[in-house]
Amino acid sequence: MTRPLSELEPGERGKVTEVDGDADAVRRLMDLGVIRGTTLEMVRRAPLGDPLEVRVRGFMLTLRRSEAEHITVE
Amino acid sequence: MLHVALAGNPNTGKSTLFNALTGMRQRVGNYSGVTVERVEGRYRDAEGRPVSVLDLPGTYSLSASSPDEEIALSVLVGRAEGVDTPDVVVIVVDAQNLERNLFLASQVLELGIPAVVALNQVDAALAAGIRIDPVELTLEVGAPVVATVATRGEGLDLLKQAVNRAAALPPATRQFELPDEAAQALAPVEACLARGGFNPSAAAMEALRLLAVTQIGPHLAAVPGLAAAVEKARARVEVAGLTPRSLEAEARYGWIAGVVERTTERTHTGKKTLTERVDAVALHRVWGPVIFVLLMALVFQSIFTWAEPLIGWVEGLFNLLGGSVGAALPQGDLRSLLVDGVIAGVGSVLVFLPQIFILFLFIGILEDSGYMARAAFIMDRFMRSVGLHGRSFIPLLSGYACAVPGVMSTRVIENPKDRLATIMVLPLMSCSARIPVYTLLIGAFIPPVAVAGIFNLQGVTLLVMYLLGTLTALAMAAVFKKTLLKGRARPLIMELPPYRLPSVRSLALSVGHRSSMFLRKAGTVILSLSIVLWALATYPKTKPVPGTPAEAAQEQQLAHSALGRMGHVIEPAVRPLGYDWKIGVGIVSSLAAREVFVSTMGTIYGVGSADETSGALREKLQRERDPRTGLIAYTPLIAVGLMVFYVYAMMCMSTVAVVVRETGGGRTGVKWAAFQFAYMLALAYGAAFLVYRGGLLLGFH
Repeated sequence: MTRPLSELEPGERGKVTEVDGDADAVRRLMDLGVIRGTTLEMVRRAPLGDPLEVRVRGFMLTLRRSEAEHITVE
Repeated sequence: MLHVALAGNPNTGKSTLFNALTGMRQRVGNYSGVTVERVEGRYRDAEGRPVSVLDLPGTYSLSASSPDEEIALSVLVGRAEGVDTPDVVVIVVDAQNLERNLFLASQVLELGIPAVVALNQVDAALAAGIRIDPVELTLEVGAPVVATVATRGEGLDLLKQAVNRAAALPPATRQFELPDEAAQALAPVEACLARGGFNPSAAAMEALRLLAVTQIGPHLAAVPGLAAAVEKARARVEVAGLTPRSLEAEARYGWIAGVVERTTERTHTGKKTLTERVDAVALHRVWGPVIFVLLMALVFQSIFTWAEPLIGWVEGLFNLLGGSVGAALPQGDLRSLLVDGVIAGVGSVLVFLPQIFILFLFIGILEDSGYMARAAFIMDRFMRSVGLHGRSFIPLLSGYACAVPGVMSTRVIENPKDRLATIMVLPLMSCSARIPVYTLLIGAFIPPVAVAGIFNLQGVTLLVMYLLGTLTALAMAAVFKKTLLKGRARPLIMELPPYRLPSVRSLALSVGHRSSMFLRKAGTVILSLSIVLWALATYPKTKPVPGTPAEAAQEQQLAHSALGRMGHVIEPAVRPLGYDWKIGVGIVSSLAAREVFVSTMGTIYGVGSADETSGALREKLQRERDPRTGLIAYTPLIAVGLMVFYVYAMMCMSTVAVVVRETGGGRTGVKWAAFQFAYMLALAYGAAFLVYRGGLLLGFH
């Protein structure tokens, strides 16, 4: 089952199947190692609900919900 | 001389390594045409030969999709204007996060420059259960790897030796292969770059990078036929069933996975790291904002109150200096120039140093400790509602103390449009120099009556002025982001780095850089303008009738001077706001700094050196009558209008000087500063007009 990264609950993990959206955002995410097959873990949401904190390859990455909606995980 | 460039991800200890190598002998400037900071230093190798070191901006890749990345890449391929092509590149890699760091490293290693990898923070990595074999890693990446702990200076001698030897070694090359179809598709792009003067290795790296970027980048603009070749290559890659935009990332991370596997031993500690435990509180839904507000209150309070005694000390020192120079010289223009022009001018520059010092000390601590990224994380949602970035919050907040350090601190905002929008609205935040103006006018014209039982009308008026400035700043930011500085919403994709203890040395260096930059760039402008204003208030001379008291003589001189005449000239313009020429003079003279309004009014009304709490000046203002009508000259309504004028008008040449500098300098900078001055003046005039005329219509006076 696939769903957008933005729908993961804190503590849940998913494996990336697709990275889409704004070209610059995609490029940046890929430079940081968010590519097909990467495991992501939702850590938390910011106090106002956005942006999100995600664990990628052993470090903490923040991105907005609008970017996370374009990352599909399974 | 050997030229070395340091490349690496942000938060890898790259700057600490740079500081450890070069000591305090550093030069900070800008790359030509952009506001990316250029930091250079030197060290002597074991034989005593000088080696120059350039600290490239910290980047996660060389995609050249941000100004920092574009600069780093163009320096490394020898295409940055005014920068020597590096002979050796030192790639700083964080041992705690080898995987992500190797992405940039693998790009740099392909550029055909002799390279050394500094495997930094190996101590912290060991503590986290990560052990990397430098020898294995050397074999994998094809360049010498030296383990270092920059914070303690470990491994530096070995690193310097490796740098000296690297110049003689063959440069590293790409350690992985692309799928055949992709390699064939890219061959024409590589050939095109080779014709443009790139070595085959750098051409291959650029070609692969170009597949996934939206812009070719200024440093490649002169390569003929490149855009078309890249377009063709993308099409061919797609025909082969591959994805152009993920090809590079998948190829590199595919290779990296194998390298990490073969060089790293991981013993799982299972414990939560310190950073995870701190963030559980610092980013908590309730405690996160509470801690954030407390920290901001501390920063705010300190630039306001801790700077106060230091500012008083600077002012006292310059008064003393002015007094003793004044006593030593005979009365005359030379004395007046030295005391009221030069010494007062230097004093008005140095008076900013305490606030700059304290603000940049705090920003340095927040940035180096890793909290700045968390502050942006917490504030991003709120700031985005007016089109700004989470990082704009701290510069705007510091604007309450003083716009000068606030504008300088906008460098923490990476996106140029967000940064410009922040600079453009920052002087609307009511700074501490407006307080004397508010205090004088509120004290003289607003009665201390109770409002709603518990508030004092004087306090409420002050609060309204602060709110007016703040709300207008946020609204104008939204307007600018929707019009002049319109752009696609920039993605917020940022690392939350592990917390670290800031180093005293790097804090001292960054505070020192800011202070000296302010003194050199803004200080000279402020000083020369102070002298110009002094001259305007001093010439042409008038001869006082002998026996006139000193205060009255000063009053006559000011009325007679060029400045006084300017007051008369602009009187028709300020009449609709209810002001006479005397307020006109006050406004013109407060171009130097807003608080000068108070002392000018003191001079005009012949009460000598007045401050905002001076009872004599208040009384004179209340009693002043219009010579033509005989009516009271200044009413509470006029005073409120005048305060609103000061909320909006950019009456501060120090801020103008800093804005010129921080918006690109030269003509671009002057253009932005002039625009800002004009729009704020228009706002000020319009708002004061509305308050006065609207108030009259509503029956106030």
